[in-house]
Amino acid sequence: MELLTLLLPILDSTVRSATPLLLACLAGLYSERAGIFDIGLEGKMLASAFMSAAIAYTTGNVWVGLLAGIGASLALSAVHGLASITYRGNQLISGVAINFFAAGMAVVAAQSWFGQGGQTPRLTDESRFSPITLPFAETLQDTPIIGPIYYELISGHTLLVYVAMLAVPLTWFVLYRTRFGLRLRAVGENPSAVDTAGVSVIGLRFAAVAICGVLCGIAGAQLATAEPAAGFVKDMTAGRGFIALAALIFAKWRPWYALFACLLFGFLQAIALRPDQIELVLGFKVQLQLLDALPYILTVVILAGFVGKAIPPRAGGEPYVKER
Amino acid sequence: MDQHPAIELRSISKAFGMVQANKDISMRVMPGTIHGIIGENGAGKSTLMSILYGFYKADSGEIFINGNKTLIPDSQAAIAAGIGMVFQHFKLVENFTVLENIILGVEDGRFLRPSLKKAQAELTQLANEYDLHVEPNALIEDLGVGMLQRVEILKALYRKADILILDEPTGVLTPGEADQLFRILGRLRDEGKTIILITHKLREIMDITDTVSVMRRGEMTATVKTASTSPEALAELMVGRKVLMKVDKAAAQPGDSVLQVIGLNVTDENGVHRLKDVSLEVRAGEILGLAGVSGNGQSELLEVLGGYRKATGTVTLSGEKIPLTGSGANGQSRRNMGISHVPEDRQREGLIMEFAAWENIPFGYHNAPEFQRNRLLMNNKAVRTETAGSMERFDVRPPDPRLRASGFSGGNQQKIVVAREIERNPDLLLVGQPTRGVDIGAIEFIHQQIIALRDQGKAILLVSVELDEIMALSDRIAVMFDGRIMGERLPHETDVKALGLLMAGIAKEAA
Amino acid sequence: MNRLPRWIDLIIIPAISLLLAMLFSGLAIWSIGEDPFNAFKIMIDGSLRSTYGWGYTLYYATNFIFTGLAVSIAFHARLFNIGGEGQAVLGGLGVALICLYIPWPHWTLALVGASICGALFGAAWAAIPAFLQAKRGSHIVITTIMFNFIAAALLNFLLIGLLKPAKVMEPATAKFPEATNLPNLHEVLGLFGIPFSKATPANISLFVAIAACIVIWVLIWHTRLGYAIRSFGQSESAAKYAGISSTKIIMITMLISGALAGMMAINNVMGEAERLVLNAAEGAGFIGIAVALMGRSHPFGVFLAALLFGFLYQGGAELAFSTSIPREMVVVIQSLVILFTGALDGMVRAPIERLYLAMQKQKTVAE
Repeated sequence: MELLTLLLPILDSTVRSATPLLLACLAGLYSERAGIFDIGLEGKMLASAFMSAAIAYTTGNVWVGLLAGIGASLALSAVHGLASITYRGNQLISGVAINFFAAGMAVVAAQSWFGQGGQTPRLTDESRFSPITLPFAETLQDTPIIGPIYYELISGHTLLVYVAMLAVPLTWFVLYRTRFGLRLRAVGENPSAVDTAGVSVIGLRFAAVAICGVLCGIAGAQLATAEPAAGFVKDMTAGRGFIALAALIFAKWRPWYALFACLLFGFLQAIALRPDQIELVLGFKVQLQLLDALPYILTVVILAGFVGKAIPPRAGGEPYVKER
Repeated sequence: MDQHPAIELRSISKAFGMVQANKDISMRVMPGTIHGIIGENGAGKSTLMSILYGFYKADSGEIFINGNKTLIPDSQAAIAAGIGMVFQHFKLVENFTVLENIILGVEDGRFLRPSLKKAQAELTQLANEYDLHVEPNALIEDLGVGMLQRVEILKALYRKADILILDEPTGVLTPGEADQLFRILGRLRDEGKTIILITHKLREIMDITDTVSVMRRGEMTATVKTASTSPEALAELMVGRKVLMKVDKAAAQPGDSVLQVIGLNVTDENGVHRLKDVSLEVRAGEILGLAGVSGNGQSELLEVLGGYRKATGTVTLSGEKIPLTGSGANGQSRRNMGISHVPEDRQREGLIMEFAAWENIPFGYHNAPEFQRNRLLMNNKAVRTETAGSMERFDVRPPDPRLRASGFSGGNQQKIVVAREIERNPDLLLVGQPTRGVDIGAIEFIHQQIIALRDQGKAILLVSVELDEIMALSDRIAVMFDGRIMGERLPHETDVKALGLLMAGIAKEAA
Repeated sequence: MNRLPRWIDLIIIPAISLLLAMLFSGLAIWSIGEDPFNAFKIMIDGSLRSTYGWGYTLYYATNFIFTGLAVSIAFHARLFNIGGEGQAVLGGLGVALICLYIPWPHWTLALVGASICGALFGAAWAAIPAFLQAKRGSHIVITTIMFNFIAAALLNFLLIGLLKPAKVMEPATAKFPEATNLPNLHEVLGLFGIPFSKATPANISLFVAIAACIVIWVLIWHTRLGYAIRSFGQSESAAKYAGISSTKIIMITMLISGALAGMMAINNVMGEAERLVLNAAEGAGFIGIAVALMGRSHPFGVFLAALLFGFLYQGGAELAFSTSIPREMVVVIQSLVILFTGALDGMVRAPIERLYLAMQKQKTVAE
């Protein structure tokens, strides 16, 4: 019981930290499974975070904000698609450019619109997503063990958290049980097989990049409009796009693994927020910087292939050119 | 003739940049026939068929299928018009099953399960009908090339193709497997399918086709009934003049043993046993020709001897042991020992395509003293002078050392590689596919250079999949199959048929 | 085949890309209600019309030369070193340690020591991703990104703990001793009687950076190693055939690349701040990517592109000072340069190639 009261808040905040990671990670999954590397997840999230907060604030409607955020993210996806699919440019360089563009433009626009030093005003209750209490959560609250778990951990999150969690089985189904998924996986492995089978490589890849844009948009909106202190501040993604990328590699480009990787990295972020609690549980002090660096270190270890090899989609990163 | 042709092409033209791949090509193929298209590498055969399959778009011209004008902007349209194509490089997704590859693009509805079920039933039927059995749930990466070809044919049939195009289908097959393929094609023809067979092998054309078109340098030079022509006539049409199948050479004067290979074994990264107890010997002043269908270990053997593949066994060069593993096993130390190597694939290995000709001349020998100015710097000026000389001696055209390698024709690119390797005056020259994709004039020149090197008393190991080339150049012939040396023959004591049996792994002494 | 002549490839295409980037930057400035022409004028005035402005421009340019060269040499081996930032951070650590803990008698010796130590630290930070790429095939772009974050965390850890003098709140090392302070451009140019503003951070490191350009130019085009690096970068399979060891090339190239990024610290840490602070590299490692792309990976091109970005940075600071355009506008411009010269290169190139081809065809017809 003691442990539960100690753990629950940490697990609760794990879920919250993991949500934007998971959305961005699945976004990357669609893109990279189709053969388009995307290191611009960070930038797309940031653009959406700004746009969703700014529009939610000005319209007072968080849904309009969400749509605007998705729109901003999609616009950057379109640029990425143009560069890496239409003009067969370097996908990594395009991603770098998008990250910088978003980082710079969000602050420039925020400063120009709101004049508050590159951030948006705090969002009020009406203009942000509020927690949803699931049915019976309050009545069950006093049931031992299950009650608090249901009330604290499962209930009481914002809508986008549930969207993210549902996106995992949905992505699995799309990928492995639908025609679109078969073609998507094929185009990331051998685009010329798809081309000669009479399916448009360009169309498929743009579709994948667009889905990536939508999911990154939701991820950004979750960051900026769903936390209690809602609003946009400079660099608010703080590397989450890259942690999501790390999680994607960690998950070996598979949806369920992605969920676990994101929960793990979310957990690291959650305990980094409460160093006192770790000390209480573990009995010794853990360096915060180590916790910050841990997702990256773990990913490097996975990439090094010492713990199971991460094999990316075979045609990943290569623009499709019909061979002669 | 009141029957419409199954395929009619009218004035098809296609250019890639400045290169005219197809020039004003017209062709008709009647239904229920096998039509061959023959021509040298780079003659434009594959381009033409890729246009018919919608893989490339023609710059101009029209296509008629069964008498109807048909626009084929992409492969989708080609499939809809009843055309299927088996490409030279298979278009399969490695980590998918056979079934998944077959339904890709023609799935039945949005969800996979029902499509797969339906496909499985239909596949069994097709397999029985045409004797094309494959395991539907096997992964592509686990199958051999022969099987993959079946999958490709099934893919086309599953799409209800009435017209089937095959691009160099026998390149990776043994003569026996090729015969089996031809039996299947014959059966398909009997069922009323129209088949186009692209090849550069005259024998195949004579064996199986009803009519044949010849292509040369992007143009279609003739279309004739196969029964009314001869291999010699076709060869002449292919290259534009009489072909000399023979190379003038004096009898070899073999000297001391230069290369000795004893019990060589190679296992590749995927754990496949590529070379199995290979032993052979090359003496000074002789050419040992290594025949075999590609993919039977010849490439691996060249790589081991060239220093970039690890192996076990013993290899000696003029009595001196060559390291096969560890830091001594690299291309640099091989070159220092006097081994030169004309690799099988000049674009992937032999040249840096983006480098100028002069920068390609020291390639592999960039540490050689004559290319250095001092201990720190290379002498680029000396390299350029050297290049100009080599280009003149080997008749490389245009003789411009500053032109990028990619700017030369295939034959001239190969001459640059051959010049670089022969001018090092090696004790042992390894040569892989010296004339693949090289025009006929350059072939003769390169053959003469190889013979000349032999006559200087050098040892030469020649690997080629072209039996004619092996027969013409070699002083002795060894045949490889499945990583083994199947046997050795003298060229004047054997023939293509006997070698073909060895290439198929049939070791019994053929007459 | 149909190849563009070098002058189009090296001058016309980058120029058009730059124009496009400037056009879109202008649009961005216009969209927030400012006058792009006026903004441009302020940038020129603030960065190029006084020796004070030049001092800052050259100071930034010095950073960018180092990181631009770092990215360029890796590009020659077709390696994308996105970890210049982390390597520069570690270089800063190396420079700080050697400046703080060795009693240097004179700045000349200190400069040599710091250059070597910064280079070593930067190279060491590049060594692990390089090793993993060479031996385990781990994608170097991802590992170097990860190492940027790990470097930031490591420095954070050190500056909050071990390296921070007691009783100081700010996470930074102590000031370096006087003897390690580098002469600034005012003093150096003063020797030749050239008047230069005293109040700028530009220092003698600029000349080290220019020397690095020359050394790298010689290395790439006139040495065996450079030849091997370029061969490997153009075709890995051909390099294998030629006996050029991929492990060796990847390791050496990345060590040089990391060393160059690490050497940047003699400018920003030793020359300017004279102590190590958090986030000392200020994104210069990433700007190196833009500089290398813009400069077509050629040391002279890198030099010019670094000047351009130095101008952008100083101009951007002036812009933030005298208009309502925030400094981040420079990041936007930088991203547009990367986009147009790097990722959208094909978009710029294709029409020019078509045009050139058409003209060539006409010429052949006329003949």
